Amino acid sequence: MDLSCRAITPIMKMLRFKEKLYKWIFTILAFASLFFLVGIVLVLIKEGLPIFGKVSFIKFIFGRSWYPTYNPAEFGILPLILASVWVTLGAVVVCVPLGIGSALYLNELAGPCQKAILKPIIELLASIPSVVFGFFGMVILTPFLQKIFHLPTGLTALNASIILGIMATPTVCSIAEDALNYVPNAFREASFAMGATRWQTLTQVVIPAAGSGISTAIILGMSRAIGETMTVLMVAGGAAVMPHTFLEPVRPMTAAIAAEMGEAPMGGSHYHALFAIALILFVITFVFNIVAEIISRRFRIKLGLSG
Amino acid sequence: MKKDLSQNLGFFSLFICMAVTLLALGSIIYFIAVRGFGVLNWNFLTQVPRSAMTAGGIAPVIVGTLYITFGAIIVALPLGLACAIYLCEYSPKSIVVNIIRISINNLAGVPSVVFGLFGLAVFVKFFGFGVSILSGSFTLGILALPMIISSAQEALTAVPQSIREASLSLGATKWETIKNIVLPTALPGILTGVILSIGRVAGETAPILFTAAAFYTRGYPKSIFSEVMALPYHIYALMTEGAHPDKQRAIAYGCSLVLLLLVLFISGFAIFLRQRQRSLNG
Repeated sequence: MDLSCRAITPIMKMLRFKEKLYKWIFTILAFASLFFLVGIVLVLIKEGLPIFGKVSFIKFIFGRSWYPTYNPAEFGILPLILASVWVTLGAVVVCVPLGIGSALYLNELAGPCQKAILKPIIELLASIPSVVFGFFGMVILTPFLQKIFHLPTGLTALNASIILGIMATPTVCSIAEDALNYVPNAFREASFAMGATRWQTLTQVVIPAAGSGISTAIILGMSRAIGETMTVLMVAGGAAVMPHTFLEPVRPMTAAIAAEMGEAPMGGSHYHALFAIALILFVITFVFNIVAEIISRRFRIKLGLSG
Repeated sequence: MKKDLSQNLGFFSLFICMAVTLLALGSIIYFIAVRGFGVLNWNFLTQVPRSAMTAGGIAPVIVGTLYITFGAIIVALPLGLACAIYLCEYSPKSIVVNIIRISINNLAGVPSVVFGLFGLAVFVKFFGFGVSILSGSFTLGILALPMIISSAQEALTAVPQSIREASLSLGATKWETIKNIVLPTALPGILTGVILSIGRVAGETAPILFTAAAFYTRGYPKSIFSEVMALPYHIYALMTEGAHPDKQRAIAYGCSLVLLLLVLFISGFAIFLRQRQRSLNG
């Protein structure tokens, strides 16, 4: 481009203009993600805030009864929040050992051949649609749990936790495996040179070195579990009451939105309340993602990788 | 000796984790395959539903899924590609790039039902598209955007810097280099990402709940403004709505198997392609 300074012909001017134009087009389109993210926040705020004219924020969050269609309606989402938390924690109990264990197996034990087969399979399993998991939970796991625990219904928080956990496992495994891959081989070799066994190397060198990367995997797995909709909608049972045990039906936030939005009259209090739940859900996952981002950045810096 | 024991126990437990993971996920595929296979036949795939969803086929449901999936890709591909080109080819290393990167990551983490609400408020209500293929495509398109961006970015980064420099040194401008050299070289990788996104989008349910899906429409969708039946939503609806749960369940097995095969085939193909490209790139 600098050469064109000598004699600027109209063609060159045209060319320069075209170059600038393309750069601007790409720059503007690159902001699409930011635009949509901000758009989502604005829409949630605009449609969600009106509910706080009816119910105070504190009452909305800590209210213990969710009767949006009664007269007078009650909008307390504590049961929904707790249901989400319970189901997510339950899922973590399933997906963290399985996901991390599988990742360690893939990274440290599996031979190159095994790895070449297992890694794509795990990734493929991560693509199974959530509605298929929900369907499986409904037709197979539900009768099974009902029989074992002698329950009136098998659609419970436990069911949702198991299905969500299995569902999040491939995700956790893939991310954790990436983190383990980043641990330089020199770490392992140094440890072996000191006479450590493979197990000692794994537990005392590799896992601590990959620790923050593994935490990122757990946080992203939790974020996926708490935002997951179809499975909990289908298998959690849907009772909007304060959860007491894992063997009762619950209604997590996502399930409440998905189940009730169809019937909520547009522009009514119920409609606004559901958007407010979505806003809270968005904030929770946003915080999870930011925390994961910060931890993974530190991890990369710690291991001397470019941010 | 004690060291060996703990090592063996430890390694064995890792093996168990891997085995349980594969077994759990494998059994889901197995159950649905075995029970859905009996329902699956040519008529099931090519006919319209009859007798209040208890008989007939699911052809319009499959067609509906294809419509909204491709609609979503048409929305997401130009935007995602442009974003990736900016990030890989034009971006000055600056705070702007960081902001874009963080917003992509966060958009990828937004719960799918929240996309559904966004689509409901913006496309269905504000733009007045109603519950339609158009609204569903836009909603799913936004959901697919981060996936398209990151795979396109990977493909663009894999293009060797030297061929860009070669093109520039021959007097080509930046845009000419991108258009004639970088994009054609990165095309296979970009397409792989697109196929992968198709697999993911085809199975999404929550975003189309309020924006595109209907449990029953008469025959095939007529225009982009009509409601559609879509496989993932159909499975959910068959299990929770309708008057004949027992008869519907058989069809739900069939739908699940079709969706599972569709998604696993598309994703498997994309993962295979990417694996090959990565090994070719070294």
